Amino acid sequence: MTTLLIKGGRVIDPANGVDEIADIYIEDGRIAAAGGKAKTEIDASGLIVCPGLIDMHVHLREPGQEWKEDIESGSRAAVAGGVTSMCCMPNTKPRLDHAGVVRQVIERARQVGLCDVYPIGAVSRDLEGKELTEMRELMRAGAVAFSDDGNPIWHSGVMRKALEYASTFDFLIIQHAEDLQLTKGGCMNEGRISTQLGVSGMPAVGEDDMVSRDIMLAKLADARYHVAHISTRGAVELVRRAQAEGLKVTTEAAPHHFALTEEELLGFNADAKMSPPLRTEEDRQAVIEGLRDGTISVIATDHAPHHEDDKHCGLSCAAFGIVGLESMLPVSLGLEREGVLPMSDLIATMTSNPAKLLHLDAGTLSEGAAADICIFNPDEKWTLDRNKLFSKSRNTPWHGREMTGKVVHTIKNGRVVFQKGDVIG
Amino acid sequence: MSTPHQQMFFQHLFGIGQLSKEQIEHLVSMGESFIELSRRPIKKAPTLRGKTVINLFFENSTRTRTSFEIAGKRLSADVINISASTSATSKGETLLDTAETLAAMQPHVLVIRHSIAGTCEFLADFLPHTSIVNAGDGAHEHPTQILTDLLTLKTQASGYEGITMTIVGDIAHSRVARSHLLAAQKLGYKVRVVAPKTLLPSQVEQYGCEVFHNFDEAIPGSDVLYMLRVQTERLTDNCSFPSIREYHEAYGLNRKRLALAGDNCVVMHPGPMNRGVEISSDVADSARSRILDQVEHGVAVRMAVLTALCGTAPEPEKRTPRREKAEAAMQAQGKLL
Repeated sequence: MTTLLIKGGRVIDPANGVDEIADIYIEDGRIAAAGGKAKTEIDASGLIVCPGLIDMHVHLREPGQEWKEDIESGSRAAVAGGVTSMCCMPNTKPRLDHAGVVRQVIERARQVGLCDVYPIGAVSRDLEGKELTEMRELMRAGAVAFSDDGNPIWHSGVMRKALEYASTFDFLIIQHAEDLQLTKGGCMNEGRISTQLGVSGMPAVGEDDMVSRDIMLAKLADARYHVAHISTRGAVELVRRAQAEGLKVTTEAAPHHFALTEEELLGFNADAKMSPPLRTEEDRQAVIEGLRDGTISVIATDHAPHHEDDKHCGLSCAAFGIVGLESMLPVSLGLEREGVLPMSDLIATMTSNPAKLLHLDAGTLSEGAAADICIFNPDEKWTLDRNKLFSKSRNTPWHGREMTGKVVHTIKNGRVVFQKGDVIG
Repeated sequence: MSTPHQQMFFQHLFGIGQLSKEQIEHLVSMGESFIELSRRPIKKAPTLRGKTVINLFFENSTRTRTSFEIAGKRLSADVINISASTSATSKGETLLDTAETLAAMQPHVLVIRHSIAGTCEFLADFLPHTSIVNAGDGAHEHPTQILTDLLTLKTQASGYEGITMTIVGDIAHSRVARSHLLAAQKLGYKVRVVAPKTLLPSQVEQYGCEVFHNFDEAIPGSDVLYMLRVQTERLTDNCSFPSIREYHEAYGLNRKRLALAGDNCVVMHPGPMNRGVEISSDVADSARSRILDQVEHGVAVRMAVLTALCGTAPEPEKRTPRREKAEAAMQAQGKLL
């Protein structure tokens, strides 16, 4: 019987309303009632002990684009960031639109054994937005929600049917809300900076109009609808109103959207290019306000690894996306320091809230739960070096910047998989 | 105190945005002194002997490329022209590889035109031993055109300080308009932009310019009517304007409109013109037109730019920044794996 004792840390377990100095006792990979001596002990005094983080929006690139990332490197990046469960988006090659591919991804993640991977199934075959996938079959294979992420489900008729069908079985539809007619050719937020740089912009209204339409369709279908990576003031307000109306509408924010603005693009920085793009300070404040009042209940990274060659070709040609798993926690901790969210609520956005939304058996330190744990020092300062990321890709806007908050240990099923800056296993 | 020439020391010319007022004025003055060279019977000076200039053009251009070529050759530089259709890019080589390859042949200056905004800034990170001159990057900047225009204005009685320049046309996609908006703020001339909302970029007021939708209202009080080339395919393809006919009617400069202008108002155009679209022939060929002066002055300011930049880049080394980056990454990863 393997046992592990985490001693004297500040245990924050939002699912159970716990925030106190306590010990955590782990027996055979599960959280157990307080026990006696353990074979291994971790001194967590001065550290925060919380459930392993959940990142419900990542791109792992396997199968199909393994030079950017694969399930193993993505898992290593995850545990280095304190993440022990992640949901991967279906825009792989082949797509996650058949049960076989979904099973393959889950199986490969199990072999790697560092981080649980919960696939998000495709809404439409080949992400073409025309015919629906066999969602029930994908769900049985292990998909936890559905999205065409990377693409919006732009066709109103298809979106209506997708929401109605998903609602029939209580599945969640996650939308990449982008009106492609309005964002066509754009490579950053449309506004002051895009005009200075002389590049085509992606106007905020291109997100707002899609969210607005979707909310109306979700109401019609009585469906559970989730806006991925929300980035505009207008979209946050639309979701807030929908929730006030009692609709089953939820949303997530990515750390870059509440930490950075379009100013990052000055100098044509392709490592600050993603979709939806970094917006204005006003939008950033609106996302922060959405997190504060609970309109936005989840923080998810939209971890999107790309090879240097896809970024080194001029801003308007560069691929969309940045890596995020390894910077998620320190960047998000800024919200606690700035008084936006108390620590427990902040941790809930990366643990119990996504778990509840996706019905995941994760994100809690309840007795008997799998011992997935993140132990971090909220005050430790370090400098992010793109060359030292565990991800295969290095497309991060935070290179060279000081981070506050560092993951010290990550524990998966009772086994220490990350400590002292190294992935174990 | 550093002399004006020392302040001029910069390796690359990306745009007007990077330059101070003094640097712009210095380049224009240098250009002015070069006008005379092109009027001599023997148009040659030894200034850039032994220097190599490569014109790397990924977009069609006649006047800018020729202008740089003549500027270099009259100053005795070796000038090589490469256009996208004849270069390796058609064989699938990336922009960066093409530029790195050319830089490895040790030119002093790489003059680049590309449809992607920011191309020069992007390449400069990887080519530390070459000077890069922006000959137009997407809708971003076209600094030598602005220097050209300023020289043309300098040779006028009015000069450029305090004047009102009215720029008409597709402001949204115009690098010339953007560079003028930046230069105007630094040098103290006023800009009016005239366009329908479909051809104005977002938040153009940030440059402190006046925005007009009605051309006739913008003409009185203008010292320069600066007509932009209309890219006809761009105009109708993305619904920016219903027809060329309607465009000319609303925003074209003809003799009737020119009559609204003051006696000393001149007409400029960066070329190439679409006669009958943004400008009518009688205006283009009139005594008000400074369009061919601009072309002549273009050669002179490009001589100034090449002279200013040649030899400012540090001596070449074997290791490229990309190699250094790759080695650093491999080392770091090696430690981790």
